[in-house]
Amino acid sequence: MKKSGIFRALPGAILALTVFSAPFQALAAEKLVIVTSYPPDTTVTVGKAFTKATGIKVEMLKKKTTAGIKYLQASAANNTSDMFWASAPDAFEVLKGDGLLQKYKVKVTGIPEKVGSFPINDPEGYYKGFAASGYGFMWNTRYLKAKKLPVPKTWADLAKAVYHGHVGMSAPSRSGTTHLTVETLLQGMGWEKGWDLMKGIAGNFKTVTARSFGVPDGVNSGQFGVGIVIDFFGLSSQASGFPVDFLYPKVTTLVPANIAIVKNAPNPKAAAAFIEYLLSAEGQEVLLDPKIRRLPVNPKTYAKAPKGFPNPFKDKSIGSAVKFDLKLSKGRYNIINSLFDVMITYRLDDLRAAAKAIQNAEAKAKGTAAMKMIAEAKALVAKVPIGASKASHKDFNKIFKKKRKKKSVKVTGRQAEFEQAWDTEIKANYAKAKALADKAASM
Amino acid sequence: MNSYSRSTWGVKALAAFIGLFLLVFLIVPVVKVTYVAFQDPNTGALTLINFVDFFNNSLFQESSLNSIYVAGMAVLLATIISIPLAYFTTRFNFGGAVLIQTLGIVPLIMPPFVGAVAMLLLFGENGSVNLLMDEWFGFTIPFMKGLNGVILVESIHYFPFILINLSAALLNIDSAMEESAQNLGASGTRLFRRIVFPLAMPGYVAGASLVFLKVFDDLGTPLLLNINNMLAPQAYLRISSIGISDPMGYVISVILVAFSLFSLWVSFLALKNKDYSTVQKGGGGLMRRDLRTWEKIGCYAVVILILLIVLSPHLGLALLSFGTIWSFSVLPDAFTFAHYENMFRAAGQYISNTLLYAGLAAIIDVILGTAIAYIVWRTGIRGRKWLDFVAMGAVAVPGVVLGIGYLRTFVEYNVPIVDKPLASWWVIIVIALAIRRLPYALRACVAALQQVNVMLEEAAETLGATKSRTVRRVVVPLMTGGILAGFVTSFATASVELSATIMLVSAESDAPLAYGIYEFMQSSAGRGPGAALGIVAVLIVSLATYISYRVIQRTEKQRSAGGIIVAGKTPVTAGATAGAATQ
Repeated sequence: MKKSGIFRALPGAILALTVFSAPFQALAAEKLVIVTSYPPDTTVTVGKAFTKATGIKVEMLKKKTTAGIKYLQASAANNTSDMFWASAPDAFEVLKGDGLLQKYKVKVTGIPEKVGSFPINDPEGYYKGFAASGYGFMWNTRYLKAKKLPVPKTWADLAKAVYHGHVGMSAPSRSGTTHLTVETLLQGMGWEKGWDLMKGIAGNFKTVTARSFGVPDGVNSGQFGVGIVIDFFGLSSQASGFPVDFLYPKVTTLVPANIAIVKNAPNPKAAAAFIEYLLSAEGQEVLLDPKIRRLPVNPKTYAKAPKGFPNPFKDKSIGSAVKFDLKLSKGRYNIINSLFDVMITYRLDDLRAAAKAIQNAEAKAKGTAAMKMIAEAKALVAKVPIGASKASHKDFNKIFKKKRKKKSVKVTGRQAEFEQAWDTEIKANYAKAKALADKAASM
Repeated sequence: MNSYSRSTWGVKALAAFIGLFLLVFLIVPVVKVTYVAFQDPNTGALTLINFVDFFNNSLFQESSLNSIYVAGMAVLLATIISIPLAYFTTRFNFGGAVLIQTLGIVPLIMPPFVGAVAMLLLFGENGSVNLLMDEWFGFTIPFMKGLNGVILVESIHYFPFILINLSAALLNIDSAMEESAQNLGASGTRLFRRIVFPLAMPGYVAGASLVFLKVFDDLGTPLLLNINNMLAPQAYLRISSIGISDPMGYVISVILVAFSLFSLWVSFLALKNKDYSTVQKGGGGLMRRDLRTWEKIGCYAVVILILLIVLSPHLGLALLSFGTIWSFSVLPDAFTFAHYENMFRAAGQYISNTLLYAGLAAIIDVILGTAIAYIVWRTGIRGRKWLDFVAMGAVAVPGVVLGIGYLRTFVEYNVPIVDKPLASWWVIIVIALAIRRLPYALRACVAALQQVNVMLEEAAETLGATKSRTVRRVVVPLMTGGILAGFVTSFATASVELSATIMLVSAESDAPLAYGIYEFMQSSAGRGPGAALGIVAVLIVSLATYISYRVIQRTEKQRSAGGIIVAGKTPVTAGATAGAATQ
């Protein structure tokens, strides 16, 4: 029997490779594993300070908030993560609902109950706020100067014609913080008015970024002038030397950024130590690092903050205008994501064309007939396929919630089916609005 | 003529082992994932309703068209870039041919998403070039607008696939063919069109189909350029934002896979029934001739222009890594080394992980690739074509889908010694990389084997060599160039892979370079250090590429110096092919 030597050796060689290369990697023993959506600037800085203070080694696992939830859900049966550390409280609500978090009682004192109008800690004790975050916009000063644009002050400013093609934002389905921004607008202004404004601003979008960091990145590098972002993106970009600035508009909410211990965590003691450290005076001060720049939840820490740093415990105008309703947000989470994508992300070209036509018509058109047509076009653009009550309807939400807990849960209708119907409607509305506005402009 | 198809048990066992490997790490995860596409999301029963939803949705229709358009245009642009580079360097005595060939491979070793960052800063609407154009001429060019940006970045990134394969094919063409054609009166473009290009066809088609598929499946670039309405981003966005059980993401995955398999089949058909092998090997390669002065200037101008465009992502990245603040300006405000200092403090682990993972994956790939190529083209084992087909099928599986498939399939399987689920053990990353990059190595090995005429093996066996001796002493040495090309391609591209690894990295100490760069790039202060890490990645992999290039050169030299003496040319084939030129 003839055999080729090289072929005979092959399976063995592969086995040998896999086995012998194993010792290259030291086994990760007794390390605190944290699933987090934060960039290394935050995680490395805080992690190093924590290791220095306690001697416990930390392993950061970077995932987008949504991917982090999915990761914890997928690996729940064989959990290797100790903590979840991210901004959006609704992400923690989702995990809490799935029974993936562990209760913990904090020992550190001196943290108030509320920041803005939002409770800092989960009332049921599953997750803790360690910093506050608000939503607003940042802009590139060089860009605005070169294009001769004014500095925006309110959300409504961003819907104005001068900003056409100069604004960037992420999508709520992609970024937990962006979801909060959209939800804040909807809660602050009401369903119809909120969407109307949102679409007015979206008509000026240059792009919808797939990652939330895509927005500060785009503003920093000058791809677009104004970005709708969470505060620390703006503040840390500024601290890194970029020619940018940040502002909280009036309709905003301060929401705590959170941390929680994962159920069945391999190292619960180390996880508890991390929470205690993060909330201690020392840990809170780390948040003021130029690379992080988050609002501490301990009011005393602000004494050490740089000049001009926003202090929500003193300046009551920040984040008090909207009382954020977490239950409402949670109840329609997937619907908001889907609606935003169908109406804005994937129909951005159509929406922009309609917005441009309307802005053009508003600048040119005279006479009541033309004004009426413009108003009609605006109403068409603003139209949302479903009302606020339907969006929060429990059974309707089930269609958009993909994870069936039991086989017996019966759901009728499919998400794709609804999205397709919405898309057809929205596309027709945008086209009609554009035609109306064009007609009004030529009158 | 079936003397060479005598299969032995050894070869059969090997085929079975490879088959099992592919079954466990490619077919099962993909089947697990695609099964969902045919599942009613509400009842769990089998259904086609998800596909009906897909084809009725105008967004998905638009995405499909965009994906096809972008992939087609990228192939066209990549071809335009590759042909002069490959032809000039193989056909003429050209100073710096080595440099051009090496630089030509450099784009592959930068993750396309990093390239896109740099390209935006240089060619974006408010990038350096357009800021200057606006100032000087009062208008701008939308290089990076919408789909243009994806096409530009992708073709610059993936054209080396065409360049490598085309150059290898050109180097393997028997100069006798060209001489015969010239004797029969063909010259210039006619010679290129009728003789050289058709003979190099297998290489070109192999490269072009890879480019098409990669662009079709690529996720990072459109995502970074914020292009959502293409198929791969839609699949990713559906799976990552709506949920791991949203059927649409899986439907798109199935369609991506089906479309890619179909185009592979088309390229397979195109190459069928054509014998491109060259008998003579010792004096192979096109005749090189010297250029006249004005020709030389022209060639240099074309090559320099192409290299400038091709290397612009690297240039941009270098500027970014040394620049302090680069915002809405032609160049960074000032220059500094600080980013490198910051980066080196954190990057050691990323670098060693990358070398380990990509090296292991590339070794697995060339071993599997050579074995599969031999089994498919030189043995008569039943179902051997399937081995090739399945291994190539890996190219049609988007990295994200493979990643999710692994997570789903292997999370419950605990590896005995390390006591960890296989899905979160670092070896799974190596396997994912090996599977993902196997098609590159396999194509290179197959192309190399196709150009080794079977008569050489028959001759060896006639002279009394055993099968294994023939493989060892004739086939593999003749394939060395192709095998090394396969290793380099697998290694270089595996070291910058992101889409599958981003799903599978379960601890930072296991993370490779591309992941590190991606992480750095997610913060304002991290852009500079991220770029610095990108430059380090490019340097490491180009060094590795250059060394293997030298190895190829040395083996070629040794061989022509006195290695293998082969039977004389077959005048019939040479004459017939050359005759086609004059018809």
